[in-house]
Amino acid sequence: MTAVEAVRGAADPLLSVRDLKVHFRMPRRHLLATHRDTLKAVDGVTFDLAPGETLGVVGESGCGKSTLGRAILRLIPTTSGQVLWLGEDLRAAPPARMRQHRRNMQVIFQDPLASLDPRMTVGDIIAEPLRTFHGALSRDEVRQRVGDLMRTVGLMPEMINRYPHEFSGGQCQRIGIARAMILNPKLVICDEPVSALDVSIQSQIINLLMDLQKEFGLSLIFISHDLSVVRHISHRIMVLYMGKLVEMAPSDALYDSPRHPYTQALISAVPLPDPDAERAKARIVLEGDLPSPLHPPSGCIFRTRCPKAAERCAEVVPELQAVAPAHRAACHYWDTPTPVRSTGPE
Amino acid sequence: MNSTAASPAVDPVPAAAMAEQVLEVAGLNTRFDTPDGEVRAVNDVSFTVARGETVGVVGESGSGKSQVFLSVMGLLASNGNATGRVRFKGQDILGLPAAKLNRLRGSRMSMIFQDPMTSLNPFLTVARQLTEVLVLHKGMGERQALKRSIEMLDLVRIPEAARRIGMYPHEFSGGMRQRVMIAMALLCQPDLLIADEPTTALDVTVQAQILDLMQTLKREFNTSIVLITHDLGVIAGLADRVMVMYAGSVVEEGAVREIFYDPQHPYTVGLLHSMPRLAAGRKERLVSIPGQPPNLQRLPKGCPFRPRCSHAFAPCSETDPALRPTGPGRAKACHLDAMP
Repeated sequence: MTAVEAVRGAADPLLSVRDLKVHFRMPRRHLLATHRDTLKAVDGVTFDLAPGETLGVVGESGCGKSTLGRAILRLIPTTSGQVLWLGEDLRAAPPARMRQHRRNMQVIFQDPLASLDPRMTVGDIIAEPLRTFHGALSRDEVRQRVGDLMRTVGLMPEMINRYPHEFSGGQCQRIGIARAMILNPKLVICDEPVSALDVSIQSQIINLLMDLQKEFGLSLIFISHDLSVVRHISHRIMVLYMGKLVEMAPSDALYDSPRHPYTQALISAVPLPDPDAERAKARIVLEGDLPSPLHPPSGCIFRTRCPKAAERCAEVVPELQAVAPAHRAACHYWDTPTPVRSTGPE
Repeated sequence: MNSTAASPAVDPVPAAAMAEQVLEVAGLNTRFDTPDGEVRAVNDVSFTVARGETVGVVGESGSGKSQVFLSVMGLLASNGNATGRVRFKGQDILGLPAAKLNRLRGSRMSMIFQDPMTSLNPFLTVARQLTEVLVLHKGMGERQALKRSIEMLDLVRIPEAARRIGMYPHEFSGGMRQRVMIAMALLCQPDLLIADEPTTALDVTVQAQILDLMQTLKREFNTSIVLITHDLGVIAGLADRVMVMYAGSVVEEGAVREIFYDPQHPYTVGLLHSMPRLAAGRKERLVSIPGQPPNLQRLPKGCPFRPRCSHAFAPCSETDPALRPTGPGRAKACHLDAMP
């Protein structure tokens, strides 16, 4: 077990992603077409992940957050860039080497029931990674480890012979977490792990993930569209818009002083469970919908919905720039105020 | 009615609204016959919605929040049966034959659902689906109906409404489809709009646009709105009054500020505490409600929330607490007199 006490920033990164691109070539529109569109699902994302750190990834549907998670795990092919695991490029790793790394990186999906095989018992589901990577373990040893882990994630070991459909959504997510944890991974990528759960169950699962992180020194990449959840669980947060990293900062800095107008709009759009605050707050309301990802706008990708877009935004792609220590944003005008609209009673 | 000191930010319920109840539900019970036995989805639910009032209905999956309003609208699944009393503007409507209900539904009372794609007909243009409502309920001619429909799409801020109205639902984005649904629900200027998780499937920036729109409707048309949701944040911004449901029953009811700032039922308290807050930093743990909601086929004896309640005492395992008034416009179903 690697119960690393997380000293964020000081330790070498566990994972380094450099200018990662995942582009999909779209089919020809018709038989004789010579042109094929390219969908840039992830377009030049760079970041480091420290041991024991939780990195939140937020953005709306289609921003590439799930694709990013899958590309890191090499579940889908990448177009260019590097994914360095403790300094070793995973994109160049031969299959046998990749297999060794895989035990250290696991994933938890959004739909807990759909990601469990309905014909396997809970015990078999949780034990499957053990059988794959530690074939020599005896039946009793496997059973012992599965039982221990079930207790850790809050499932009764007596339920080991039951099938997924006999469990509620929250319990199925615990099974998924147990399966991800059985090999003592160093990294777990959580793709919307609580989005399908009720509020009271959601908080149980968030607590469990945070407990496991503390106990086992895990690094988490926590992908979610729910900003309140991400804020609660993450040390640092990255905001994606149409495949591009638009802002990245420590959690508090991102919420207290967001610099990119998209981040500002996202945060101001979250409804607060507090009537006075919700009715009094000033909002940045974005007009319109996402542009087509096949024909993204020139220059800054966000300019078509941006309340402070200027001529320069259509011409020059804004680079990610340091706006404060450990805080980067991709906006030409990050230091000018963004127009807000009060939604108070009129 | 709700005489608690309302903050300047929260509109008090207009005094005149007390007199005119748009919807009155009394002793509603909804049962489903299933091969595994009877499911008690709604248990003795009573409430009213006044003219111009927005009532928020909160609860988790299986709390019965949607079934209450499907019962009201006469839209229950075929194995469902609702008993009790439902009055819409003074008229008893529970159990009315479909032909009579159809004169009210879509005209005097409308409902919008979570997933607009499954609520719109994919084979018909938006124009056809909108004008149909007006031709049927208002007896308008095609041309007049089209004109009115375009006005309505403008109102819900669909860009280029006159051109867009000829398109099919799949040509619209998720947020726009929900706007089309809202436009359709409002065509006949209903007295009551029931919105069942209207923004749950939408991204947060689009959700903000839709909530903005509902705020406008509330202000400009004085429509009574029932907002069904699991998201307390959505309710905080819009509702005048809130009803909290658990296991098919109303467990707490009150003005929106009372529910959020002075919750009196342990379940409401638990729900509010289990929400991660945007304003708070990275915290150690969320306070969560242990266990999971009960199976509606095998409700525990006594209070359905007892197995998950940290304040349970002897009476809780004996009798199911009835919803009782605890102040003006406030009620709770709990044996505790006050939250400890």
